[in-house]
Amino acid sequence: MSGQLTKKLSGWGRYPVAVCHTLRPERYAELGSNSESSIARGQGRAYGDAALNTERQVVLTERLGRLRSFDAQSGVLRAEAGLTMQQLIDFSLPQGWFPSVTPGTQFVSLGGCVAADVHGKNHHHDGAFSTSVMGFELIDADGGRRWCSREENFDAFAATVGGMGLTGIIGEVELQMRRVESAYIQATHHAADNLHAAFELFEQHYDATYSVAWIDLQARGAAQGRSVVMLGEHAPLERLSAAQQQSPFAIKARANRRVPFEMPGWLLNPLTIGAFNQLYYRIEGRRRTPFIIDYRKFFYPLDALSDWNRLYGRRGFLQYQCVVPRDGAQQALSELLTTLAESRHPAFLGVLKKMGKTGEGLLSFPLEGYTLALDLPFSGDALLQLLQRFDAIVSNAGGRVYLAKDARLDSEMFRAMYPGVEPFIQSKGVLDPDGRFSSDLSRRLELG
Amino acid sequence: MRGAYLILGATSAIARATARELARQGYHLTLAGRDMDELQRDAADIRLRFSVEVEVKPFDAEDFAGHAAFLNGVVDDGGELDGVVLAFGYLGEQTRASQEFAESLAIIQRNYTGAISILNLCAEYLAARGRGTMIAISSVAGDRGRQSNYIYGSAKGGLTIYLEGLRNAMFHRGVHVMTVKPGFVDTAMTYGLSGMFLVATPQAVARRILKARDKGVNTLYAPWFWRWIMLIIRHVPETIFKRLKM
Repeated sequence: MSGQLTKKLSGWGRYPVAVCHTLRPERYAELGSNSESSIARGQGRAYGDAALNTERQVVLTERLGRLRSFDAQSGVLRAEAGLTMQQLIDFSLPQGWFPSVTPGTQFVSLGGCVAADVHGKNHHHDGAFSTSVMGFELIDADGGRRWCSREENFDAFAATVGGMGLTGIIGEVELQMRRVESAYIQATHHAADNLHAAFELFEQHYDATYSVAWIDLQARGAAQGRSVVMLGEHAPLERLSAAQQQSPFAIKARANRRVPFEMPGWLLNPLTIGAFNQLYYRIEGRRRTPFIIDYRKFFYPLDALSDWNRLYGRRGFLQYQCVVPRDGAQQALSELLTTLAESRHPAFLGVLKKMGKTGEGLLSFPLEGYTLALDLPFSGDALLQLLQRFDAIVSNAGGRVYLAKDARLDSEMFRAMYPGVEPFIQSKGVLDPDGRFSSDLSRRLELG
Repeated sequence: MRGAYLILGATSAIARATARELARQGYHLTLAGRDMDELQRDAADIRLRFSVEVEVKPFDAEDFAGHAAFLNGVVDDGGELDGVVLAFGYLGEQTRASQEFAESLAIIQRNYTGAISILNLCAEYLAARGRGTMIAISSVAGDRGRQSNYIYGSAKGGLTIYLEGLRNAMFHRGVHVMTVKPGFVDTAMTYGLSGMFLVATPQAVARRILKARDKGVNTLYAPWFWRWIMLIIRHVPETIFKRLKM
């Protein structure tokens, strides 16, 4: 067993920061040799405190990401859960297979994708990540292994997808991949003058495989919710140029830029962002004729800029992502945007997306309706109070906040938002009777 | 068409990375070590990613009597070898080793005696074919004895000298022998140790190893600046060195 390294960790939002005792096993059999409190951490891309465990154990799974099996006929792939989405795609795409569901960054582990039950731009058709999960091996605090699927140990399956790592360590994952003809996406952009227009576009283009909207959070009043709705399809061969058809899976290596150090907190301010948003809306909103781009630009635009979270300076940022049921969604999200505007709190990145049916995970985030995500620089109590007002709006509309992005929701509000809490706690009691899987998030939300 | 490599101690982080780099170049592999479950996992991963043939064999450095049969089995099942990578080793605990001879013996056997037992056989095998490469992971700890790890250091130092002689002998028989001395590499062996600086990834070390092999390098320090660090450390006068706490 490797040694233990005590260090400061944070999620992607760089708030909060916690001193944790990290282990980094290089052998599969070392998983599940827990102390009294332990949580698995893949790539650290949850934004808040999901993979933090102050003064307790954090198990880094980054060295356990080996492929186990792949059936190139059926597209079923099995791998150790430390494998990243990027490594998965680099392996499978040249053979014509793409993840059925992918989040907005490829720098996430498969284990993290299961634990947060992440969703992608195709949620309205294909559900969350768990829909593509055939099964996984769950390792308990004594190293005992349990295969969980829809056929076997379904209770454990339902508690673990979206369960934020609190039911055990996800050791291996088996996925159903999606067959694609190329590494390219045929994208179309539509400008929406306001929130209502954006909703209309989502309903009108329901058939699009992928859809997402970028919202200009600086637009106020009648222009509130002004956005660019982006649609995409996996590009069939006949839509590619002759050169692309020659080798439809070979795409140019991407110029990777990096934010070299922590930027001063004032760099992102309403002026710079306002100017950027104006420009983005005008240029991107015009691209209504379908165009071909490679999958990385479509799915992972921010991955091109490594460590972009440093743009927010030393204090970091919070992402507030909520979903509200379809009926009343426009009203609730409009109220939320108005509350944000009135607070004068800066907010930079806004993303809107239509979601499909609720899945099987007891604590999974998605439900049928609309989800909105906002990136908000951390500013202390003023922001925390603002987010509590958001919580009230979301909760009243029957919605919920995404735990993978969260660092501050309180336990009472959490229970109001997630009806699956009671059955989850029951399942956790069976899978982890001594409560040896816990995190800063689980203590904050009183999940044991 | 590439030949095959034998990786001894294939579950170490440097060995794993080196195995993948070799597979990327198209070599077939035999992964050998004690932890069969881990070896099977590595083998499956390498087969899938690189479409090469990978065999898995149990290997115990201390089972000297079994080494000849082991090597025959490797060649029978995995084909003729182009090269051997020796990556097993055991850091042990210096404090315990200085009090319990059993720990000292384990350190010596797994780093020195066991290495010589299998490398003698591998050298004869490759020399008989008149070509091949032997890459052995020694350690900067073998460059000068110091209080924090001198049992391990003496075993690795012995291995280093053995490899020098072997290189000399094998040169005349068409086989190249390369000694690799890793400095601080980010592996399970060093994770959490205090005083680590400028740590290299196993992948970076593996890539350097294969580049150095192509150039016919004799002794490779990885990362490179360890050559200079060790040059200085080796030249500190003993009257001063013995007073240091390192």
